[in-house]
Amino acid sequence: MDPIEEIKQTFFQECEELLAELETGLLTLRAGDGDEETVNAVFRAVHSVKGGAGAFALDNLVSFSHVFETVMEEMRSECQSQSRETFDVLLRAADLLVDLVREARGGAVVATERTTLMTTELNNCLAQNAASPASECQSEDQFEPLMEADALGFVPQQIIFDDLDGDIEPTSSGQSAQIWSIVFAPHNDLYATANDAVVLLRELSRLGEIDTVLAMDSLPALDAIEPEHAYFSWTIQLTSDCSEDDIREVFDFVEDECDLEIRRLSNDIQAAPDTDTITPAPNDIDRFDAARSELLGTDPASDALISDTRTATTEAEPDETVETPAITETPQAQQAASPQQSTIRVDLDRVDILINLVGELVINQSMLAQHAGVSGFSKEQGVGTGLDELERLTREIQDSVMAIRAQPVKSVFQRMPRLVREISAQTGKIVRLETEGETTEVDKTVIEKLTDPLTHMIRNAIDHGLETPEQRTAAGKPAEGVVRMSANHRSGRIIIQISDDGAGINRDRVLEIARHKGLISHSEILSHDEIDNLIFKPGFSTAEEVSSISGRGVGMDVVKRSIESLGGRISISSTPGTGSVFTMSLPLTLAVLDGMVITVGDQALIVPLNNVIETLSPRAHKIKYLGPHERVMALRDQHVPLVDLGHLMGLRDHLMEPSGGVCILVENDAGAQIALLVDDILGQRQVVIKSLEQNYRKVDLIAAATILGDGRVALIVDIDAVICSRQSSSDHTIRPLEQTSLAS
Amino acid sequence: MSLRILTVDDSRTIRDMLKLALIQEGFEVAQAVDGEHGLEVLDDCAPEVIITDINMPNMDGFSFIEGVRASEKWRGVPILVLTTESDPEKKKRAKQAGATGWIIKPFNAAKLVDAVRRVAA
Repeated sequence: MDPIEEIKQTFFQECEELLAELETGLLTLRAGDGDEETVNAVFRAVHSVKGGAGAFALDNLVSFSHVFETVMEEMRSECQSQSRETFDVLLRAADLLVDLVREARGGAVVATERTTLMTTELNNCLAQNAASPASECQSEDQFEPLMEADALGFVPQQIIFDDLDGDIEPTSSGQSAQIWSIVFAPHNDLYATANDAVVLLRELSRLGEIDTVLAMDSLPALDAIEPEHAYFSWTIQLTSDCSEDDIREVFDFVEDECDLEIRRLSNDIQAAPDTDTITPAPNDIDRFDAARSELLGTDPASDALISDTRTATTEAEPDETVETPAITETPQAQQAASPQQSTIRVDLDRVDILINLVGELVINQSMLAQHAGVSGFSKEQGVGTGLDELERLTREIQDSVMAIRAQPVKSVFQRMPRLVREISAQTGKIVRLETEGETTEVDKTVIEKLTDPLTHMIRNAIDHGLETPEQRTAAGKPAEGVVRMSANHRSGRIIIQISDDGAGINRDRVLEIARHKGLISHSEILSHDEIDNLIFKPGFSTAEEVSSISGRGVGMDVVKRSIESLGGRISISSTPGTGSVFTMSLPLTLAVLDGMVITVGDQALIVPLNNVIETLSPRAHKIKYLGPHERVMALRDQHVPLVDLGHLMGLRDHLMEPSGGVCILVENDAGAQIALLVDDILGQRQVVIKSLEQNYRKVDLIAAATILGDGRVALIVDIDAVICSRQSSSDHTIRPLEQTSLAS
Repeated sequence: MSLRILTVDDSRTIRDMLKLALIQEGFEVAQAVDGEHGLEVLDDCAPEVIITDINMPNMDGFSFIEGVRASEKWRGVPILVLTTESDPEKKKRAKQAGATGWIIKPFNAAKLVDAVRRVAA
């Protein structure tokens, strides 16, 4: 890739980080938790974006970040005490900056009006700020130029890399050559800032021919010399066609650290008879240099007059032959140069290959263990202990590899504050977003697929969940609504909850719609939870009028489906008047699973362990028949449906006698339980998930497949699908009994 | 004339741009991410010219310059500050801290190299 293009990509990457920092910083400040470093970080972020954008001539980005920076600069001293509204404006400005970066990256074009509006808004902020008594004292003179912040005219300058050659050649003496007299007397400061008179004189010699006279009058006796003081001054006669500005530019860096007098002596070279009046002196830099070295060489006490670098370079001047330590890519320099970068970027494909290989390793290891068992190696023998060790190591490798793919949910959570701001602006609802557990880690694939459903749910929570400020006040709640988003780990899964303190689900309305749309029959009696969960049914949408926010043709059923495609579950619980809670439970990884190996007929199947509650041996008197194919099992104080897994999956034609098998009580995330009747339980093991959809096709009731130690393919049962199929096939007959508590 | 140059800037973009411009000129470039880091690597990279940003985390450019000027070994190394035209105040403060000269951002490669050559002894 073109190096410039490469740096540009780095810049965009850096922008992302900077803008995330900017947002976090502003949010912290708005919450009143920021300290000085937060303020600095916020400033740095905008400043760095501007700096980088300037280098690539991204005009829109540069001019807006410039306005942004200028406004913030004005507020800097009181930054921590700004009003919430001001921070809201700054946050929206930050959002615009994000979009401008996106635009620069080739994304959607940002309308000019938006930038103009934002600029005005920022300036208004400042005007209010200036009007507040706190800042009155200092704002007056600063405010005026800001009114024309737009017209500040920060002109970006594109870096041109091909003009490096040439240019610094001595200017040729043209016909219009003039003679300049320059008197140059450095102050002590000039040397203290590592400027060097010799360098300046050399620079001057590039402008034309020079005659230099050294004045040593003020040089004291040797024992009185202060090594760091400036004792010399020079009178230089320069013959050149350059302008006075060109000469001044040479002394640009030192104009405050020296006395400088520049006079034009004549317009004409020929008319310069007064050269004679100048004291004969070394007339070129080399001779001057030699003289200086000679002078200083005899006087060790004044060595310090020569800067260290000067000495260093003169020694190194023969060049090429002198081995200087390479400083660019030495390990120390590299290591030291990146204290923040304790991470490496690895192509995701490579990680996936690794995960796949580890999966094969796990399978191979269990095959090996099985063969060893068959061949009669006991645990006491070396082979047995070696195999145990191998199993432990394999599992550790697997965990470590999985950890590589794990990422904090922060990356998704971070996008939400902006969304909340936008929606609250559109709906006129006042919303506070609270997040918790941002550092909770989950597989990268899961994270990537979470963004859309979460976005949709946040939209819903604000648009449908929260009431308007007026309604809230009327209901005796604070006008500001709260949407909470939390993540945590629970029993090997990640639980993400989105809750709001709105009005809760309007159950009558939901029932009415569901009946109207034929989603449920009119006679059906549903529990509150079941009513709430109706909103996940395809074809259900409560929005009375399609709003621009949530009415995008995507209902909660789509959210549910995308969560389920990740092997996750979603449920809702709602309390009228106090709000709703959506709970999503997702697997931490899509690659492995702890499973219970069972047999049904001659098939080995896997039941995900996190669905299993307990295992029981069924007793005949606990089983009740509700018809030829329906059975329930009494379990302590309730009845659960008993499902013959083999029969359900078509592995056998007739129902199995309960006494001949084992029962596994399983539960889905919605809390529905059933007892699965299977032939036998073989054990528990971690299995590598192989997608059926990718390798074969979607099969009902089956989530995926795996390969067992003996090389057989085992199917992983989709417990939720089993429970749902059970419910939909026999809902009405079972339900009343299910809910009846049996005393005996 | 090859020079060893230390660039101190918290922005990766700017560091990369500086490096690209400088190595095209045949200079050797070492990089530091902030003032503190800059002071740490001085001995390792033995710079002949230093280019530093002002606004950086941990240790800003002013303190970094003061740090270099206070070191026995590297006090004589010319230091150029990267600055924007809009802040003459910063230029002045940098000068007080001991900066040799400045490079106006956004910089142009030729001007950058020119500025480096102007201070390199």
